[in-house]
Amino acid sequence: MAEPTALAPLAPLASLRRLAIVPAFNEERSVGDVIAEIHAFDPGFDVVVIDDGSRDRTSAAARAKGAHVLTLPFNLGIGGAVQTGFLFAWEQGYELVVRCDGDGQHDPAQLPLVLAPVLAGEVDVCVGSRFVGEGGYRSSRARRVGIRVLAWSVSRIVGQRVTDTTSGFQALNRSAICLFAADYPHDYPEVEATVMLHKHGLRSCEVHVTMRERQAGVSSITTLRSIYYMVKVLLSIGIAIFRRNAVPLP
Amino acid sequence: MTPVAITIAAAVASIGLMAVVLELIRSRRLRERYALLWLLAGVVLLVFSSWRDGVNTIASWVGIRTYPPAVLFAIAALFFFAVLLHYATVISRLSDENITLAQKLALLESRVSEVEDDAGRSAARPAGDGDFAA
Repeated sequence: MAEPTALAPLAPLASLRRLAIVPAFNEERSVGDVIAEIHAFDPGFDVVVIDDGSRDRTSAAARAKGAHVLTLPFNLGIGGAVQTGFLFAWEQGYELVVRCDGDGQHDPAQLPLVLAPVLAGEVDVCVGSRFVGEGGYRSSRARRVGIRVLAWSVSRIVGQRVTDTTSGFQALNRSAICLFAADYPHDYPEVEATVMLHKHGLRSCEVHVTMRERQAGVSSITTLRSIYYMVKVLLSIGIAIFRRNAVPLP
Repeated sequence: MTPVAITIAAAVASIGLMAVVLELIRSRRLRERYALLWLLAGVVLLVFSSWRDGVNTIASWVGIRTYPPAVLFAIAALFFFAVLLHYATVISRLSDENITLAQKLALLESRVSEVEDDAGRSAARPAGDGDFAA
C-alpha cells in the first residue's frame, strides 16, 4: 500500500479478496491510468473493467494494464454495466468491491476514505460524496438542481442525510454485492440503489471526497436529458419502496 | 358542459389506468422508461375529465364548432401515433441487439470448440489416435 499513514484503519484489507469494478464507455485514454492508480494504491486489488460497448480501444487499453475485461456486445448503460461487475464479483467470491469510473473522475488515491467505514464493519456500503462538508465541485445548473431534488427525496425515504445520490465512487461488502448482483437499477442507478439498500436493511453512509474533472471523453448527460432522467428516477424510487425484496442469487 | 356522471366515470377510468401502470412497474412487468408515456396519457385523461368544459374550450381555440369531442379523438390519435412510433424504434433496437448477440454467441462457440479441440488433442494423444476412426 502506498500510504503508510492511512494503514491503521485499512489493516483488514490485506485478508480480503478484493475487486475494483471500473465501468468504461469510450474511455481508452483514461482507463489505463485509472487501473494503474488503483494498483498504485493497493496491488492486491483485482480490477475488472466493464467495457460497455465502446467503439474505441477501451478493452485493449484495459487489458494492457492487466485488468480482467468484460466486453459487452452493445451499450447497456451504466446500470447494466455495473451490475455485470457485481455478477462477476459474486460468482468469483470477492468479499469487498470498490467502484471507480473509467473516466478518471474518481481518484483511487482517495479509496482509503470510502473503504474505512466498510472495513470497520460500520456500514455495508460507503459512498464518496462531493457535497458532504466543503470541497470544490462545478457542474451545470440543471444538473445541480436535479441532484438536489433527488438528494432531498432520497434523504426523506431512507431517513438519513444523503447529499450525493449520483456518485459511483463506492466501497461495498459481500452483503451489498449479493443484493446488487441479484437486482440493480438502470439509469442513474445509484439513486434507486440507495433506496434499495435501505429497504433490504443494509447500512450505508457517505464520506467527503474530491472528484476530478473528467480526464477524457464527454459526459453523457445533457440538460433536457437530466430533466427526463429526474422524472424517471423519482418515479423509480417512489415505486422501489413498494417492491418486494430481491431474491439473492444462489 | 359534460354531465356529472360522465365526468366521474371518466375520472375513475383515468385513475384506474394510472393505477394499473404503477402496479405493472411495481411487479417489474413494465420498465419505467416505457411507462412514462402511459402515465402522461393518464394525467391528460384526468385533466380532461375533471376540467369539465375543457374539451369545448380547446375546440373553440382550434376553431372546431360542429363537434367539440373531435378534439379528444385528435389528441388520442396523436398519442397512439407517438406510442406506436416509440415502440417501432424500441423493436428495431431490440432486433439489432438480438442479431449482435447471436453473432457473438456463434463466434464464442467456435472459439470454445477450438479451445476444447486443442485441449482434447493434447490430452487424448497418448491413448491412441481417434476414438472411432480405427
